[in-house]
Amino acid sequence: MSDTILGVDGLSVDIATPRGTLHAVRDISFSIKRGETLCLVGESGCGKSMTSLAIMDLLPKAAKRQTRRLAFAGEDLAGASKRRINALRGNRMAMIFQEPMTALNPAYTIGNQLIEAYRLHRNASESEARERAVFLLGKVGIASAAERLGQYPHQLSGGLRQRVMIAMALMCGPDLLIADEPTTALDVTIQAQILRLLADLQRELGIAMLLITHDLGIVARIADRVAVMYAGQIVEEGTTEALFRSPKHPYTRGLIDCIPVPGRTVPGGRLGVIPGVVPSLVGDIRGCSFRDRCSFAQDICAQAPPMRGTTDSQSWRCILENAA
Amino acid sequence: MIGYILKRLGLALLVALAVSIIAFFLLRLSGDIAVAIAGEGAQDEDLRLIRQTYGLDRPLVIQYLDWLWQTIRGDFGTSIYFKTEVSKLVLEKLPTTIILGFSALGFALLISIPLGVLAAVYPNTWIDRLALGIAVVGQAMPNFFFALILVMIFSISLRWLPVSGSGTWLHFVMPTIALGYYVAPAFMRLIRAGMIEVLSADYIRTARAKGLPAGKVIFKHALRNAVVPVVALTAVQLGFLLGGSVVIETIFALDGLGYLAYQSITYKDFPVMQIIVLLLSVLYVLLTLASDIANAWLDPRIRVA
Repeated sequence: MSDTILGVDGLSVDIATPRGTLHAVRDISFSIKRGETLCLVGESGCGKSMTSLAIMDLLPKAAKRQTRRLAFAGEDLAGASKRRINALRGNRMAMIFQEPMTALNPAYTIGNQLIEAYRLHRNASESEARERAVFLLGKVGIASAAERLGQYPHQLSGGLRQRVMIAMALMCGPDLLIADEPTTALDVTIQAQILRLLADLQRELGIAMLLITHDLGIVARIADRVAVMYAGQIVEEGTTEALFRSPKHPYTRGLIDCIPVPGRTVPGGRLGVIPGVVPSLVGDIRGCSFRDRCSFAQDICAQAPPMRGTTDSQSWRCILENAA
Repeated sequence: MIGYILKRLGLALLVALAVSIIAFFLLRLSGDIAVAIAGEGAQDEDLRLIRQTYGLDRPLVIQYLDWLWQTIRGDFGTSIYFKTEVSKLVLEKLPTTIILGFSALGFALLISIPLGVLAAVYPNTWIDRLALGIAVVGQAMPNFFFALILVMIFSISLRWLPVSGSGTWLHFVMPTIALGYYVAPAFMRLIRAGMIEVLSADYIRTARAKGLPAGKVIFKHALRNAVVPVVALTAVQLGFLLGGSVVIETIFALDGLGYLAYQSITYKDFPVMQIIVLLLSVLYVLLTLASDIANAWLDPRIRVA
């Protein structure tokens, strides 16, 4: 299908640890259409970041990726050469990271770091690349962009650095942008700005975006589709509307109950809480990984839960037809 | 930046002054100049005359100040053994030592940077082990011993290189390797440790995410950051190479400052010894200063405040 930009099929990430193999990502599948925003949500340690790094082939050495198919614009990258991956990375697929403070090289000016990928992938001259960099810095809302090119990362605030990172990711006009918790490390006031910027750019440039976050408030605002991850698996996936209107999986329900809603949440009242902690992902995991924290848990949950919901708008992994 | 340099320069001057004081008094403690001039078994009467003539009967502090004043004015005195001006002697020998120092440094960097980088890129593999082995041997083996092995192989067995002397560039090959190999392990370990740390940095992931080829990631983005502490070490090691070439220059009869130092110690040539110690300490201090400045310049966080 030509309108699917990213098709992930059966992706697993295993990390060898002294205590055994940690199954960080367990056989997940999803796809993103051109121009679509998919949000991957879940608690810390549920495998969101590992998923994004696995797609970009940037996993740390200890982590091993397995996948049936990793299709980018119809091309299977599962067994692609390093050279081929490098030709796509930073060019047609780009990534923004969580930590803008450390994601830029302290030894080089931001201009130097901005033009690098463009010169490489587009064979552009330095002046062409600088022109493009100035244009994009303006686009991400950085004033007096031309002067900024000569500055070093340490001279910029966290918010500005993340804007630079966004501009850097957009240099070659990618088809897919992966943003791994791009606002988590920023001040709350800056978070909203950066998020709006990302959403606007995504719409304007028609880029497909995989946004990784643990903040459902963000999801409701900018996602077309949502995939909820729990303990390395996608437990529910669907359109933002369907998922927020009638969450089917008890975990999704729990997450949504944790968001304060103006008007409905009473000041001083209790917010929703999901009791317990994420289970260990080391060793074999049998049955539903959420059952220890689930108020609907039954004996049958010790067996692998079925995938329910055949429509494109919503599917979930639970023995219950409808938890809500 | 200018203020920083001036402050460091002032400090460097103080250190040089302190070294000159210590060197002066230590050398005086090590023997009697009058005896050195007159020779062993000289008459007491002669010694008294010599002390009077050279002002050695004055208090040590006065003698030091006198010597310091002469030295600052550029009058380094006359060699007791060679009977020529010390300044001429030192200037004559200095180039040989400087050439040897820099070529040894160059050799050390030439083998330690690739080995250090390779060891860091492939940690805990046979490449890493091999690099470590080369480093351990280099550090454990005394350089005079290594020098003799080189002589046995390249001069006596293969007859490729001259055993001693300083006539042609060929005379510098073995001293360079012997001296350079001795300091290379320190560089290698520093580069390996620095590279391993830098390679796990977030900005390396960013560089890889841009699709840059591995070479560019390693040499542009990683090495540049890993090399900062190496610069500081370079200056210190260069000081060691210039001052510590005494043994190597003596083995190869390479006619440099180190060989001169060895000779002046043997012949109790006090004026020469004193100037060599002072010169080497000043060089050391200047090199440390240069490394501080280079460090500041390499790190934009210090350079661009």
